[in-house]
Amino acid sequence: MEKNNAKGWLYLLPAILFLGVFMIYPLIDVFVYSFEEGYNSASQTFFGVGLYNYSYVLHDPYFLQALKNTFLLVIITVPLSTGLALLISTGLSSIKKLRNLFQTVYFLPYVTNTLAVGLVFMILFKKTAYTDGLVNLMINWFGGKSVDFIDGPYWAKMFVLCFYTIWIVMPFKVLILTSALASVDQNYYNAARIDGTSKFRIFTRITLPLISPMIFYLVITGFIGAFKAYSDAVALFGTDLNAAEMNTIVGYIYDMLYGNSGGYPSFASAAAIILFAIVLTITCINLIISKKHVHY
Amino acid sequence: MEKHTDYAKIEKQARIRSRVRSTVVHILLSLWAVIVLFPFYWMVLTSVKSYSAYNSEYIPKFFTLSPTLQNYVDAFTAVPLGRYFTNTLVFTLITTLLMLAIITLAAFAFARLEFKGKRLAFTLLLSLMMIPNELVIITNFVTITDLGLRNTFTGLILPSVTSVFYIYLLKENFAQIPDELYYAAKVDGTSDFKYLTKVMIPICSPTMITIVILKVIECWNSYVWPRLITDDENYFLVSNGIQAIRESGFGRENIPAMMAAVVVISVPLIALFLVFRNKIMDGVSRGGTKG
Repeated sequence: MEKNNAKGWLYLLPAILFLGVFMIYPLIDVFVYSFEEGYNSASQTFFGVGLYNYSYVLHDPYFLQALKNTFLLVIITVPLSTGLALLISTGLSSIKKLRNLFQTVYFLPYVTNTLAVGLVFMILFKKTAYTDGLVNLMINWFGGKSVDFIDGPYWAKMFVLCFYTIWIVMPFKVLILTSALASVDQNYYNAARIDGTSKFRIFTRITLPLISPMIFYLVITGFIGAFKAYSDAVALFGTDLNAAEMNTIVGYIYDMLYGNSGGYPSFASAAAIILFAIVLTITCINLIISKKHVHY
Repeated sequence: MEKHTDYAKIEKQARIRSRVRSTVVHILLSLWAVIVLFPFYWMVLTSVKSYSAYNSEYIPKFFTLSPTLQNYVDAFTAVPLGRYFTNTLVFTLITTLLMLAIITLAAFAFARLEFKGKRLAFTLLLSLMMIPNELVIITNFVTITDLGLRNTFTGLILPSVTSVFYIYLLKENFAQIPDELYYAAKVDGTSDFKYLTKVMIPICSPTMITIVILKVIECWNSYVWPRLITDDENYFLVSNGIQAIRESGFGRENIPAMMAAVVVISVPLIALFLVFRNKIMDGVSRGGTKG
């Protein structure tokens, strides 16, 4: 076939232009920023080149707080949400009649605005002068004491954040696992049933190994997503996350960039690269583990 | 004879067991459905309670006997919710249309045209998929600020009109169209561009519709970039708008009116989902994540 070099590149031109300006150039630039010491965004000057930005970020108590919050969030929500999704989708695939209805309902959080629905969670959990809120009412029913989940103790705030995060990420996981379960060849089950294998054994020996690639896919995307948590926290605790002690790494990056504490693109860049390094490391570890354990 | 009764017994037991199991499964699934649906119920319920009724309920009530629409009126008059709404609509429409044009041309070049450096360009493109948004947003913020495009639609829209993943998705779909169609069109003297618009786009319209819907959801919910780039209320999108309502709001903490705003913001996407349920779920399982 005739080659038409100019034409091919012409079709690509718009995409290349936008990707170049808003993706490739920034990608190089972020490393440059992160090594420029004492960058002043007003005069666009800097003193020198070095690792000072990284050391500043790593010693900043706000960043350490954000790091701790993010790691806690990841460690709590990823296993819990994946396990819960596995449970729910196994349940879903064992029923027939109401399956479509349940699937539709379970998917709803995916199409909601995180910021908007976060406000509903806030009023459900918040304790104000007028009311203790619905969740506290339920706690009282069981004889517990009211806790302010939004402005109260650290563990309470962390609990709400994890709860909301799980609520938000469940639709995607349930969807992926349900379709993975549906694609398992029924012959395996029939063969096992003829041999009189127990349901539990069928689940652990047939179902789990066969859908293990999808589970690992969810774990990996779950880790990446949870490390980038930000808007859920804003929805619950407002934009001043540092004051609420609920900042995340991504939140720290944006705070450094803009807002009352902003104007430091160098610190923001260093923090973004640290985040990227963490995510990359975790993803690589996940991939190595999955090579060992995923069947196929 | 004895064996016969044994079978009946076993069968009966098995039936009971499976019925118990199915009941338990249904109860557990319903429990999660309640957890999912409850916030939606609470948001609608609160939005129709009057301000005074809501604030006098120390113990929140699960229903209301005197629903009011006053909060919806407040949401549109006391705060510029209508403005946020039109802004988001304009932003979503322009971004989606521009992106669709750009990714279609790029996907066409990768799937159909032969040119020097195609393989290398495609490999580079795929490697860009790994780049997280957080890494590039810093420079983009500086770029847009330096160009004086803060608080403009141009500044809001430009960085999100390309998507590496959608180029890839569409290219894969284009590549499935048999070559014979292309040769036949060539013999008839059809130009490449005409072939794209008259043959490829109609054939691949299901995928393109999926991409459009996913992009619309993404635009409607986008928060971070609009927050960085706008501080003028006249350019707020709904996410930033609701945040502004929360922080400065109605002059006093008016939770029912705030919930009315939340309902108004949530309804379009939920309606879109109920109409395109299968398309959306199919599209998301092929390549959507939330975050």
